[in-house]
Amino acid sequence: MDFSLNEEQQMIVDTTRRFVQTEIVPLEDELDPDAGSLAPDDQDRLTTMTRSMGFYGLDIPEEYGGPGLNTTTRALMAIEMSQHRAGLYNPCYGVFGGAGLAQLYEATETQKERWLYPTLRGEKKGCFALTEPSGGSDPARAIQTRGFQDGDEWVLNGSKLYISGADKADYALVFARTSDDPGRNGVTAFIIDTDTPGFHVRRVVHTLRATHYATELQFEELRVPQENILGEVNGGFAIANDRLSRQRIPYAAGCIGPAIRAQEMAIDWAKNRDAFGSALAEKQAIQWMIVDNEIDIRHARYCVLEAAQKADSGERFRTEAAMAKLIASEASSRVVDRCIQIHGGIGVTKDLPLERWYRELRIRRIGEGPSEVQRLIMARDILGGSFK
Amino acid sequence: MGIRLDKPWERLDSDSVSSLQAQLGVYQVADGDGNVLSVGYAGAKHPFGIRSALEHEIRLHGKKATLFRYEFTSNYRSRWDELLMLHLHDHGQLPDHQRDEEGRVGRLSPN
Repeated sequence: MDFSLNEEQQMIVDTTRRFVQTEIVPLEDELDPDAGSLAPDDQDRLTTMTRSMGFYGLDIPEEYGGPGLNTTTRALMAIEMSQHRAGLYNPCYGVFGGAGLAQLYEATETQKERWLYPTLRGEKKGCFALTEPSGGSDPARAIQTRGFQDGDEWVLNGSKLYISGADKADYALVFARTSDDPGRNGVTAFIIDTDTPGFHVRRVVHTLRATHYATELQFEELRVPQENILGEVNGGFAIANDRLSRQRIPYAAGCIGPAIRAQEMAIDWAKNRDAFGSALAEKQAIQWMIVDNEIDIRHARYCVLEAAQKADSGERFRTEAAMAKLIASEASSRVVDRCIQIHGGIGVTKDLPLERWYRELRIRRIGEGPSEVQRLIMARDILGGSFK
Repeated sequence: MGIRLDKPWERLDSDSVSSLQAQLGVYQVADGDGNVLSVGYAGAKHPFGIRSALEHEIRLHGKKATLFRYEFTSNYRSRWDELLMLHLHDHGQLPDHQRDEEGRVGRLSPN
């Protein structure tokens, strides 16, 4: 495969890199090390800039007014956009805009008018509520939230866990079991306004990630109109599953940015820090860590770009996306760990971004499907259907 | 697990603050009747953690602030947001000097 960048991709990568270095990183020097947002004035100013650059709403399909980037270019941008302290979970603090929940593009026109278009205009926010306390890796079987029909309405009872953004969302895409089928054929997707009586955000779930926290939801006799069903009754899991597959490539790409930046910091530190009469960079133990980092970063980058190129060419990419997600999240974790070791004591302080990346990268090995599930997906593809 | 900061109030003055460990955490500052004047956090930018943050509160509120309670936590950002959301739920608005945060924090409906 050819991983060289064409002229347009190189220009986009260079522009994004310059934006991060000149606009984002200087602001972070003044923020709390665990901050998750910019000052409103800075947010507005930078959003205006990305709009004028033609980069706003990166993931919005071209037919809905987006820039029409292919998956490869989007992955290259994700690698650049995450090269700052908050970049792993909040690349560039969202000033490049969002595209809303991917599933809403499958909605009816009436549903799009109500939820998708206001989201694309930045007027509404949504959240994705799939995982439950009973499990997240096998959601189709773990869903215990129940929905039953009552006339023109559905009544939901149950709970959801690790739901990001629910406390600030205007609506939620909620998956509930609506038949006696215990598997994937008994799940329905509902679009629910979060101010509906019976929709409760019960608590913040505190994790290694101090910002962009998760929440726990509870539904009590939550009444949802029939017209709020997304897709078919009992056909909701296919909608959820489609998102899980498509998300893996940009999710993997975002892991690589902090690893690249950490490696740059470690090289600079190793060249300038003396110990026992010479620079750290002259010690073989440090050199090997730097080399192992480079191997991990390039391996992850190649896997992400291979998956992205297959997706762009219309080929099957499920195995490659799973491999990219697994390798990028694990390799980047190793890189940041080694960079902390090279830095020594200062590496674990909040003076540097390394400790934040170290904490947050640990979550990336679980989020969007843990490494073990990625291996399961690849095994099914490699071994064939009879070994599912 | 309770999510409210419901420890007993302690007397707020320079002596009590200086006896605290210089750690990261969250706190509430109140007047003599227990009306909350600030919901704050001590982050890595505070040179001596919660001590520096509370000394700032004393300067901000003067003699009006007489009570405080705190919790040490390295998750001070998410815990702070949670306490702000709880205050918003209970009182309908944040303390006067923190009203700007209302557009940023989310909504909770605790049990």
